[in-house]
Amino acid sequence: MYFHAWGGEPRINAYIDWVAGELKQQYGVTLEHVKVDDTANVVARVLAEKTAGKTSGGAVDLVWINGENFAAMKREGLLQAEAWAERLPNWALVDVEGKPTVRKDFTVATDGLESPWGMAKLVFMHDSARLAEPPASLQALAEFAKANPGRFTYPQPPNFHGSTFLKQALSDLIDDREKLARPVDPARFEADTAALFAWLDALHPNLWRGGKAFPQSVAALWQLLADGEVDIAFSFNPGDASAAIAAGELPDTVRSFVFAGGTIGNSHFVAIPFNANAPAAAKVLANFLLSPEAQARKEDPAIWGDPTVLNVAALADADKARFAAIDLGKAGLSPSALGPTLPEPHPSWMEALEAAWAKRYGAQ
Amino acid sequence: MHPDPKSGLHLCGLNLRLDGQLLAALDAKVAQGEVLTVMGASGSGKSSLLAALAGFLAPPFTIEGRIVLAGRDVTYLPPQARRMGLMFQQPLLFPHMSVGENLLFALPAGGSSGERRRKIEQALADADLEGFAARDPQTLSGGQQSRVALVRVLLAEPLALLLDEPFAALDTALRSAMRDLVFAAARKAGLPVVLVTHDRADAEAAVGQILQLDAAAPYSEASAGSA
Amino acid sequence: MSRPWLRPAALATALVLVVPVAAGLIGTALPALGYLPSAGAASASLDPVKALLDAPGLGRSILLSLGTGLAATLVSLLLVMLLLAGWLDSAAFRWLRRLLAPLLSVPHAAAALGLALVIAPSGFLVRLVAPLSPALSRPPDWLILQDPFGLTLTLGLVLKEVPFLLLMALAALHQIDLRPRLQLAESFGYGRIAAFGHTVAPLLYRQLRLPVLAVLAFSTSVVDMALVLGPSLPATLAVRVVGWMGDPDLAIRMKGAAGALLQLSVSAAALLVWFAGERALRLVWRSQAIRGHRLARDRIASRTGLGVLLGLVVLAVLGLSVLTLWSLATAWRYPDLLPSSLTLRHWLQSGPDLTGLIATTLAIGLAVSLTAAALVTALLQERVQGQGGGGAGLDTWLLDGLAFVPLLVPQVAFLFGLQVLFLQAGLDGSLFGVALSHFVFVLPYILLSLRGPWGALDPRYRQVALSLGASEQRVFWRIRLPLMLPAILTAVALGLAISVSQYLPTLLIGGGRVTTVTTEAVALASGGSRPLIAVHALAQILLPFAGFALAAALSRLLLPRLFPRRSS
Repeated sequence: MYFHAWGGEPRINAYIDWVAGELKQQYGVTLEHVKVDDTANVVARVLAEKTAGKTSGGAVDLVWINGENFAAMKREGLLQAEAWAERLPNWALVDVEGKPTVRKDFTVATDGLESPWGMAKLVFMHDSARLAEPPASLQALAEFAKANPGRFTYPQPPNFHGSTFLKQALSDLIDDREKLARPVDPARFEADTAALFAWLDALHPNLWRGGKAFPQSVAALWQLLADGEVDIAFSFNPGDASAAIAAGELPDTVRSFVFAGGTIGNSHFVAIPFNANAPAAAKVLANFLLSPEAQARKEDPAIWGDPTVLNVAALADADKARFAAIDLGKAGLSPSALGPTLPEPHPSWMEALEAAWAKRYGAQ
Repeated sequence: MHPDPKSGLHLCGLNLRLDGQLLAALDAKVAQGEVLTVMGASGSGKSSLLAALAGFLAPPFTIEGRIVLAGRDVTYLPPQARRMGLMFQQPLLFPHMSVGENLLFALPAGGSSGERRRKIEQALADADLEGFAARDPQTLSGGQQSRVALVRVLLAEPLALLLDEPFAALDTALRSAMRDLVFAAARKAGLPVVLVTHDRADAEAAVGQILQLDAAAPYSEASAGSA
Repeated sequence: MSRPWLRPAALATALVLVVPVAAGLIGTALPALGYLPSAGAASASLDPVKALLDAPGLGRSILLSLGTGLAATLVSLLLVMLLLAGWLDSAAFRWLRRLLAPLLSVPHAAAALGLALVIAPSGFLVRLVAPLSPALSRPPDWLILQDPFGLTLTLGLVLKEVPFLLLMALAALHQIDLRPRLQLAESFGYGRIAAFGHTVAPLLYRQLRLPVLAVLAFSTSVVDMALVLGPSLPATLAVRVVGWMGDPDLAIRMKGAAGALLQLSVSAAALLVWFAGERALRLVWRSQAIRGHRLARDRIASRTGLGVLLGLVVLAVLGLSVLTLWSLATAWRYPDLLPSSLTLRHWLQSGPDLTGLIATTLAIGLAVSLTAAALVTALLQERVQGQGGGGAGLDTWLLDGLAFVPLLVPQVAFLFGLQVLFLQAGLDGSLFGVALSHFVFVLPYILLSLRGPWGALDPRYRQVALSLGASEQRVFWRIRLPLMLPAILTAVALGLAISVSQYLPTLLIGGGRVTTVTTEAVALASGGSRPLIAVHALAQILLPFAGFALAAALSRLLLPRLFPRRSS
C-alpha cells in the first residue's frame, strides 16, 4: 500500500520506515512511503484521478493530512465516505475529551473521515547563546525585531508554518476571538484584520532581509537559526527543537518558549481517498499508528518528538510506562510549560489571510 | 546476363543535367586497360559525371542515356551492384580498421579465413607493402596509404575504375610514381578507367581519349591523343 | 528508394514528439478556458483567465521570467563567443574547456543547490572573509539569494548554459574552417575578437541558433532552479504556475492552466524579442564590417570574458566541493570554514533509499536515452540512404525543426494536459509513463548532439564502401556505426544527463509513485537538512558524470584506432 506523507524530514522518514517494518512483521502489509513535498500535490493528484474517472485503484491509499487540505478533500468528496476512523479498535484510547482537536480539524468536523495521528502546537525557539530572554508575547516580539533588525522572520505564506504564524498573530490581535471560529465574513474581513496588517506593516522593515525575501519553509527557518542569521524560529511541534539538537541540525544552546497568552495548536491526521487501491491495509496502518507502542515511540524526541493523541492517564500501566520513560531533551517543554492552546481559526480565515498577505506583500 | 569484361565501358548518349540544364553530353567507349580522361574547370560537372557513373547522382542532377559496363546496362543499378571501383584524392582508408581489415572488407565473400588472409597478404606483398596488414592506417605515409587504397579497390574485383583526382594530394615525385602504378594495374587487370582531373600531366600520362568539359559548350567529343 | 513520408523512423519520431506536445497543449488549453467536464466544469468560461489576471504581481512575474531568461541567454552566448574569439587554441582555453565539460553533466537543481551554499550570506565565500571583520561574526543581512531582480537566478542559469552552448559551439566549429579565416582577417590587422566576430561568428551563430533558442525557452520557464535561487515576492511565472497547478482548489488549478498558456506566450514573446535583437544586430554588424575598424586593442574585452568564465568555474568547483563537504559534515556552523568533523552517516542513512532512487533514475534514463539514440540513428540513416529520394520529406522537416518543438515549448505549458491524458490512459505513476515524458525532451537533445557528427563524416566513405560492393546494411554496420560510436555513446550519456535532470515531468507524470534522485533532491530542498540535500544533489551529479566517463572509456576500449596515443 502507498502512504503519501511529507518527506522533508529524515527523522519522520525514519519513523515511517520503522512503521513499515512493524507492519510487515505484525500484519504482513507492505508499506511504501511516497515522500511528498507538499500535501496539496496529493490532493491535486486524487482530484486529477477523479477528473479522469478513476474511481478505483488510485495511487494514494493513505495520506497524512489536516486543515485546508482535509477541508478541500472533504468538500470535493475525495475521501472514503464511511466514517471509518472512529470504528478503529484503538480509537477507544484517543483523548477525545482533553484534546478536542482530534475531532475538529481547523473547526471542520472530521466525521470519522480521518484518524488522528499526532498533536501540534506552535512553539518558538531561540538560541540562548545569543538571546537570553526571549520575547513572551506578540508585542514583545515586535519590539525585539525593532531593536534587532534582521534577526527574525517567518516562512512565506501560503507555506503552512508561515500561515500559522499569521493565525497566531491574528488570534492575539483580533478584537473578538469568537469570530475566528466562524467562517470569514468577507464584508468585515478588512476591519477584522486591520490590526494584524498594521502590526505586520510595522514589523516587516525590521525582518530578516528587510522583509524583501522570506524563507520558503520552516526547515529553512531553522537553518537560518543554526547559521546565526536569525535569533528566533518556531515550529509546530514541541519536540522539534530537542530532536533537531540531537540530530546536530541546531546548536545545543537552542531552547523552546511559548507566548504567555497561549499559542495555536491542532491535530494532524491520516485519511483514505475515495478510490484507494488498498483501503483495508490503510485502516490497519491507521490503527497501528494509534497504538501506544507507535504513539510513544513517536513522542520520543530522539525518534521524532511528536506529541501523542492518546489519553495517557487512561492507558494500561505497561503502556503508561512507555510514555513516562521518554526524555524530553534539552529544549523540551513539559506539558504544563507549554501553556494554553488556542484553537485553529476556521479554514476560510487561512485562505483569506493568505490571499490578503499575497496582495499586500507578495509583489514588492 | 554474364558480364563480358572484354566489351569495356560504353557511355551511350549520356546527358548530365543540373536542374534540367544540360551540363555535359558525351558518347564514349573505353576499352579494357584504356583511360578516358575528363578535364574541365571546377564547376564544369566533372565530379558529378563520375558520381553518375558510380551511382551516386543526387538531385538536382539528373542523367539520360545508358551506361553499359562489361555488356551489362548498369544505368539504374544501385552503386554496390555496378562493380565500379572508386578512388578519390584522399585514400579514405576506414580509420577504425587495420590495413588488413580494410582489405578484407573489400574482398568479396567466400573462402576460408585463412585463404582470405593469404589473398590480402599476397596483394600487399605485390604492392611492396609486405607485413602491413596489422598496421593502423593512420601510421602510414601518404604514398603508402594511396597504395593500400589501390590494393583495396582492386581486391573488390571491379570491372572498371573511376578515379576522382586521385593523385592531386600527393607531392610531385610520388604523384608520377603512383600514376604509373595505377595505370599499370588497370592495364594488367584489363579495366577501363575514367579519370577526372585538372592536371594536364595526368592526362598526358594516361595516353587515351581526353574529354574536355566546358559549361559553355556541353557537347563534347572524346578526342584521341594529347590536346 | 523509399518515399520520404514512408520512412518508419521519421514517422515514429514525429508521432512520439508531436503527439504528446499537441495533446498536452490541448489538455492545458481546455481547463484554461473553463472546460474540465469530469470535474463539473463543462461550459467554457473566462473565469480562470480572470482569476489569473487578478493574481497579485502577475506583471512582475512575467517581467522576471522574460528578464532572467533573456539576460541568462544573452550573457551565456556572449561569454561563449568571447571565449572562442579571444582564447581558442590557448592553454587557458584547453584548461577551461576541460573544466567546463563535466559541468554539463551537473543537473540544474544540483547546480543551484551548490551555488546557493557558496554565495549565500552564510555561505562559503562570506566564511572565507569572515575572520577579517568582526561585523561578519554573524552572517550579514544581505539579499543575495531570492533577490527581487532575479540576478542570482540569472547567474545560476548562466553557470549551467555556458557549458552547454560551449559544447554545441565546439561541435559546430568542426564544420567551419575557422583558422584560415581568422588568420586572413588578423593579417589585415583586425583584432582577434573583431576577426572572429566578422569572419566566424555569423557562421557559428547560424549553427548555434537552435540550441540558443532552446536555452532561451528553457530559461524563461525554468522551475527547479528558480525554486532554489529565484525571487519569491513574487516568484517567476513558471514557479507560480506550478504552484497553482498543485493546488487542491479546482478553480486555482484552472487558473494554473491559464497561467501555463500565459507562460507559453511569455516564452514566445522572449523568442520574438530575441529575433528582433538578431535582426538589429545583423544590421549593426554589417555596417560595422564595411567601415574597416580594426579594433586591434581588445585585450580588456577578452580578458574580462576569460575572467568571468574563470569566476564561473571557480563558483562551480566550490559549489561541488561544498556540497561534498556538507554531505560528510557532522555539524558545520557559521563562520567555520570547514566542518568540525566528517562522517559517512548521512550517506549510510540515505543508502537504502538512495539505491532505489538511483535504480529508478538509471532505469528510466538508460531506457530512454538508448531508445532515443537508436531512433535518432535510424532517422539520420534514413536521411543518408534517402539522398536522391527526392523532395523535402518528413525527415528533413524533423531534422530542421519539428524535433526541437519540445525544447521551444515551455514544459509547464503541456505537461499539465499530458498528466490528465496519461491518467486517462492509465500510464500515470508508471515507469513507462514517466519514461515516455522524458523521451520527449531527451530525443531532441540526442538529435542535436548526433546531427553534427553524422553530417561531418565524409560521405565518400560510404561511396567507397558501396563501390567495393558492400550493401547499405553492411556499410552502416561496418563503417558508419563504428565511426559514429563515440558520438553515439556521448549522445546516450547526454540523454541520460537530460533524463536525470528532468524535474517537472517526473513530478507531474510520476505522481509521487515514481521518484528519481532529482524529485527527491528538490523535495528535500524545501525542508530537508543540508547534509541530506547535499547527499541527494551529489547522487544527482554522479549519475550523468559516470555516464559521460563510461561513454568516453567505452569509445576508447572499443575503437582504440580512433584515439591514437600521443606518443606514437
